[in-house]
Amino acid sequence: MGQTFNASAPTQRQSPRRRFSNLLYRRPNLYVSLLLIPPLLWFGAIYLGSLLGLLWQGFYTFDDFSMTVTPDLTLANFGALFNPANFDVIRRTLTMALAVSIASAIVAFPIAYYMARYTTGKTKAFFYIAVMMPMWASYIVKAYAWTLLLAKGGVAQWFVQHLGWGPMLQWLLSVPGIGGSTLSTSHLGRFMVFVYIWLPFMILPIQASLERLPPSLLHASADLGATPRQTFMQVILPLSVPGIAAGSIFTFSLTLGDFIVPQLIGPPGYFIGSMVYAQQGAIGNMPMAAAFTLVPIVLIAVYLAIVKRLGAFDAL
Amino acid sequence: MTHAVQFSQVSRLFGEVKAVDRVSIDIEDGEFFSMLGPSGSGKTTCLRLIAGFEQPSAGSIRIHGQEAAGLPPYQRDVNTVFQDYALFPHMNVQDNVAYGLKVKGVGKAERIKRADEALSMVALEGYGARKPVQLSGGQRQRVALARALVNRPRVLLLDEPLGALDLKLREQMQSELKKLQRQLGITFIFVTHDQTEALSMSDRVAVFNRGRIEQVDTPRNLYMKPATTFVAEFVGTSNVVRGELAHALSGNPDAFSIRPEHIRFAEGVGASHEVQVSGVLHDIQYQGSATRYEVKLDNGQTLTVSQANDQWLDTGARYQPGQRLTACWAREAMIVLRDAPAEAH
Repeated sequence: MGQTFNASAPTQRQSPRRRFSNLLYRRPNLYVSLLLIPPLLWFGAIYLGSLLGLLWQGFYTFDDFSMTVTPDLTLANFGALFNPANFDVIRRTLTMALAVSIASAIVAFPIAYYMARYTTGKTKAFFYIAVMMPMWASYIVKAYAWTLLLAKGGVAQWFVQHLGWGPMLQWLLSVPGIGGSTLSTSHLGRFMVFVYIWLPFMILPIQASLERLPPSLLHASADLGATPRQTFMQVILPLSVPGIAAGSIFTFSLTLGDFIVPQLIGPPGYFIGSMVYAQQGAIGNMPMAAAFTLVPIVLIAVYLAIVKRLGAFDAL
Repeated sequence: MTHAVQFSQVSRLFGEVKAVDRVSIDIEDGEFFSMLGPSGSGKTTCLRLIAGFEQPSAGSIRIHGQEAAGLPPYQRDVNTVFQDYALFPHMNVQDNVAYGLKVKGVGKAERIKRADEALSMVALEGYGARKPVQLSGGQRQRVALARALVNRPRVLLLDEPLGALDLKLREQMQSELKKLQRQLGITFIFVTHDQTEALSMSDRVAVFNRGRIEQVDTPRNLYMKPATTFVAEFVGTSNVVRGELAHALSGNPDAFSIRPEHIRFAEGVGASHEVQVSGVLHDIQYQGSATRYEVKLDNGQTLTVSQANDQWLDTGARYQPGQRLTACWAREAMIVLRDAPAEAH
């Protein structure tokens, strides 16, 4: 009787740590800002800041004779992107990125479907490891390995010859635009390596989207009279589109920015990534490299806008 | 007359587990038939066998006379209302309802007309453009119902469709479902673990236990004449009296059951045709419309007695815990139980 609860009384006996916890509990905004300020500083200053700083250099002037950069602002570098030679690089990279994304989606879907629908426990873990294990190995080693696998007299060719598909390979390699003298120096070979390297980035998002699909929806579809094919087209595929879109954002942007595979496999000729690498490294033309950096950013923004327009994120 | 659905000696095994064990049922055309039982009793598996999501391990299932074993769900003239409704999240309400017509190739104008008709049947006119996420649980339930009924199935399967709704809405949907079934005249097969729901809605109820059917009967017979101990205890509340006391009171060596509301406290009533037993009152639960008394009999068994709270005879206040009482009931109210077949082995 007669005891009133005094909120301030126990505070005197509390340790500074306890007092600090209580302060955070009472002021959730302070708590959230303490959580977010370090990553926001990192993201803002180091990530966005340096990116904007790089893009800003795209407006600087590069003197061809003295090979020096002067901070005189110009739009010439961005204009130079539309030179036939540079535009060709952009077109070649964009075509490859689209082709790689489409092929990855087609190859990844059945694997992702099987993982999501038919594996449990240990088999699921096996598939996760099998899909991700190639990512644990060094990327450059894998790319070099592929140059040997696809080379003249390499394993790939040996297989093709033994299967009796030699003439078909010769025909494919003679098609202009995708062919070349051997698989390892053809566009086709480069395409195959890209699909190989980025495939996990496509499988996992599709698998996640299929995993979230309740089995009762498939039962409902069949119950309402849909054949398995109709169920696939009307229910499974539309509901996995967000996963395909997420995966294609990876494959698309990774291909756009890559500079190692185009150097090691395929015919000579720059990709956007290798162009940036050459401009800032060998030539020292930082402004042109910066201008090229803008290209994938713009392409990905356009790509995202199209994907969103198609309703890929509606089901999120 | 053909049966809507006919099971003969149907079994469904999952590995070693007999989910459904040699079940035979005949479901009449146009009847409201419920499958009642605790979870894991095989009632849902039976429903899935009719829908075609499961195939029987043995036995035959006929739907309107046609052998259904081996037929995929999309070749059966039955539709299902799912427990989680299973509405397609990427389609609006109208497209959900029209889905069955679309996959069967019904023209666009026709299917929109029929979808709107089905929506008005479940009182959801004007909701066609909404997405399922924008609806309440009760509304989703109605969409699921409309989506099944739009196909004009001859048999509608309902898998615990009211389980996720709150009590008031559930009672409202119960009477609406019953009305709809009478109006349409199609066979409803309703799976539930809620015995009140099954009793109030059905023409006949099958009580499932451990993959087998204990009894198939009208709600009234199920309640008044339970065939087995399991049915007596699962449907409604029962006092099952076993052993010596059962023998002494009813003359039956096994067991008998007596409903709590059929027991009175003897106070000068004591007619000769009544069965009497005495004990000590040890708990009183006031339940609004009725009061429930727990009486500990001299042999240690507890008897539950339920008495309606009649405002003219306010019986509730008259008894006190610890008081010695005599409980009595009419001889006809006792139900002699044979042993449940599932417990016999």
